Amino acid sequence: MSGFPILTLMLAVPLLGALGCLASDAPRARMIALVATLVDFALGLVLWADFQVGGAQWQFTERLPLFSGFQWALGIDGIALVLILLSVFLMPICILASWDAIEKRVGEYMAAFLLMETLMIGVFAAQDLFLFYIFFEAGLIPMYLIIGIWGGADRIYASYKFFLYTLLGSVLMLIAMLWMANEAGTTDIPTLMHYDFPPGAQNWLWLAFFASFAVKMPMWPVHTWLPDAHVQAPTAGSVILAGVLLKMGGYGFIRFSLPMFPEASAHFAPLIFALSMVAVVYTSLVALVQHDMKKLIAYSSVAHMAIVTVGLFAFDRQGIEGAMVVMLSHGLVSGALFLCVGVIYDRLHTREIDRYGGLSINMPAYALLFMLFTMASIGLPGTSGFIGEFLSLAGIYQLSSWVAAVSTTGIILGAAYMLYLYRRVAFGDQTHSDAARMPDLSVREWAMLAPIALVVLWMGVHPESFIAPFRADVAALDARVAQARPASDAGLTPPAAGLVQAEAR
Amino acid sequence: MGWAFSLRLMAAEDVLSLAALVMILLIAWLGDRSARAMTWLAVLAIAGSALFVIPDLTSGAMGPGVSGFYGQYSADAFASFAKILIDISAIASLLVAPAFFARVAGGMRPEYPLLLLLAVLGMGLMVSATNLITLYIGLELNSLASYVLAAMLRSDERSAEAGLKYFVLGALASGILLFGMSLVYGFAGSVDFLGLRAALHGPVAVGAIFGITFMFAGLAFKISAVPFHMWTPDVYEGAPTPVTTFFATAAKTAALAMTMRVALMAFGREVHAWQQVVIFAALASIIVGALGAIGQTNIKRLLAYSSINNVGFILIGLACATPGGAAAMLTYMAIYVAMSVGSFLVVLMMKDETGEPVESIADLAGLSRHRKVLALCFAMVMFALAGIPPLFGFWGKFVVFQAAVSAGLVPLAAIGIAASVIGAFYYLKIVKIMYFDEPAMRITGKSDALHQAILLLSAVAISPLGYLATKWLAGVSYAAATGLFAVG
Repeated sequence: MSGFPILTLMLAVPLLGALGCLASDAPRARMIALVATLVDFALGLVLWADFQVGGAQWQFTERLPLFSGFQWALGIDGIALVLILLSVFLMPICILASWDAIEKRVGEYMAAFLLMETLMIGVFAAQDLFLFYIFFEAGLIPMYLIIGIWGGADRIYASYKFFLYTLLGSVLMLIAMLWMANEAGTTDIPTLMHYDFPPGAQNWLWLAFFASFAVKMPMWPVHTWLPDAHVQAPTAGSVILAGVLLKMGGYGFIRFSLPMFPEASAHFAPLIFALSMVAVVYTSLVALVQHDMKKLIAYSSVAHMAIVTVGLFAFDRQGIEGAMVVMLSHGLVSGALFLCVGVIYDRLHTREIDRYGGLSINMPAYALLFMLFTMASIGLPGTSGFIGEFLSLAGIYQLSSWVAAVSTTGIILGAAYMLYLYRRVAFGDQTHSDAARMPDLSVREWAMLAPIALVVLWMGVHPESFIAPFRADVAALDARVAQARPASDAGLTPPAAGLVQAEAR
Repeated sequence: MGWAFSLRLMAAEDVLSLAALVMILLIAWLGDRSARAMTWLAVLAIAGSALFVIPDLTSGAMGPGVSGFYGQYSADAFASFAKILIDISAIASLLVAPAFFARVAGGMRPEYPLLLLLAVLGMGLMVSATNLITLYIGLELNSLASYVLAAMLRSDERSAEAGLKYFVLGALASGILLFGMSLVYGFAGSVDFLGLRAALHGPVAVGAIFGITFMFAGLAFKISAVPFHMWTPDVYEGAPTPVTTFFATAAKTAALAMTMRVALMAFGREVHAWQQVVIFAALASIIVGALGAIGQTNIKRLLAYSSINNVGFILIGLACATPGGAAAMLTYMAIYVAMSVGSFLVVLMMKDETGEPVESIADLAGLSRHRKVLALCFAMVMFALAGIPPLFGFWGKFVVFQAAVSAGLVPLAAIGIAASVIGAFYYLKIVKIMYFDEPAMRITGKSDALHQAILLLSAVAISPLGYLATKWLAGVSYAAATGLFAVG
């Protein structure tokens, strides 16, 4: 497969689909979008099959010096591979989720989604600093339109907040990138990942990147755009936002902050930990008192993402691998939860938790799948959530037992708010007659939720399939940051045998 | 270096002058009905003059071999770059005019193409001038023609107001500029750029510093940089839209190029005397341009503030005082011309059923429902002006900030780019009005085919396809910019 520009093809397919959708009427636009995303998913599977685990770090590389100052440089390692797979897996599901829910301006909607897909894949596949930035930043435009045109009542405020928050974060990153390109004389990301920037400058650069990724992630206290955006976005928009866009922040930390500025990362790790600990406890408590289902899941996203940042900055293989798994798992699970909300929202047109109740009686299949995703969100063993959270917390425990202790409360609080949500929606009496009359899942909704459920279980039972591609990359990253690893307070002797087991096989 | 050689060197201006003289005669003979023919004649003359300057750009002409009239005039690659931009803008402003005037004033007057041609001639002198006197002659030729152009719609009060305002404030600025020139001449003993460059280095007399500052004040007025920007919204709003297009593109390019040559060539060894002034003007323009635009309800006023904002970004390149910075300015100007032409074309196409122009931003509401292509093009222009990738407007900001970072002006770049987020707010507002709001159904008038064609051309130029031109653009703008630094 070498030489064949499969990544460019994956970028081109949705882009062409988007152009086709713009010129089509509603039924045709839906079909074009579904076909384009399925083709891209198939290409993603080819990518997975052809990816050589244990082979070269960067595979499927393409280099075309098309532009002045930067080049068309694509290529993926295992980390990018799994995130691309996540994106192309969720996209057809998003299209299905919007099949009937979107009635106005369908062609433009589908075009915006397909454009979004191109840009997401581009972010993960870009190997040039500025190409990355262009993809990263360009994603704002379709998302702004998706929230603003097809969103809920307060959509305009939410779309502005989303756009301006993330833009302000990223422009500072651009200045940092310009400085780096000037200093290192290259814009090639793999080269920069081994470039040693002077420690004094690293701190500034790290902060500039942090401004961007922390907003994207989002970390407390710059997370406030997320609940607004989630609540107002249409279902599929929320899925993409939670499933993939948030992962760009984590990906940025893995790709840029950690390997390029290891010393600064160690220097600022306490800041990350402090913000993450606040986020875990605070946003979990906020989630507990929500009346709006989407808002509740949005706040739970912030808490889960805090576990990701804690794991990433554990300076430890377990932590980073765990963070990666949490990202994948959260992408699937929160996406699925938003879909679950969408399923009942489409029937009753409200997200108020109190308007539902006893759905397990009239919608048993729905209640079953919803429970699976609830459990996965809590991190029950056997689901994908457990693997990631366990590894992340085991990783951070080796660095700081305090951070681990506080972060673990997130699991307990997570169980509290998710079970509470589930009880109020699925169990109890059927107090509202309209909610009690709602039909169970349709075929289309099965087709959306069942694949995610299968992958969630697969990842929970046999995570090796997903961890194997990026194990070597995490090891390389770990070796790169080892020089800067902060001292541990846990007083552990070399990792206990059981932990090695959990991480390795 | 005989007269024949010098005249050959300025062949572009020769063509324009002759065409203008012929047109005066023809107009006197034929009267108003010649307007359309005169427009095409002017387009031909400008296109013809452009043919003479294109070779200088590709050959990267610079040095003493391209200097004529005893060093008063230079036909180097830099002048060529600026002239090509001016010519493109002028042609666009000419082509859109007949349909506009036919609708608004019941017919176009043939003086429009003539005055525009004379303004272009003045601009050519401005960007080629390597002598303060030549520069002033070019500037005045351009300004006087522009004052009349602004007041072209005699029966419209706003147009008359724009012309008067432009004239009074423009004359004041010219006076300030002349005063600065006289001080500089008095203390440096030369009006020639190379002479000034030789005289002004090392410790410089306070009087010369004053002169330089006055000159920059006058130039800041011409490029509408803060704090000398107040006239811009009024003139842009009042002037007929084709004239506003011309002011926002050609006039701005010419004034910026002139400022670059004065700053980098004549005062190129005295960077510290003006760098702080330029840094202030750059940041102030970005911030005032962005904040001022937020409250506007008239689209032309909004675009005027947007042009102030853009001048701020261009001035960041000047503040670098490096070849990279100058090249970035030229690249930005090229992209800016495409964006401005596109945005004013949309303004020209905003018409109600009867064909009356509509200028209120609120009337754009829901445009995306019934005028999909128009709304899409305008949204692209807005995102490009906001500097959001993948649109090509991002590239202009990119090169400017890249130059600033390479020149060590990291704080300037950081503040400038953070302030650009303020600007993004009002560009987003336009997109929001067009895409999120309920349709107002005011803009229903049919558009001229020529207008549509030019709009589509500029939309393609600012689309991501533009990145394919970055290599070429970087090459020619760098070659053009180095000409300003290669002198003694």
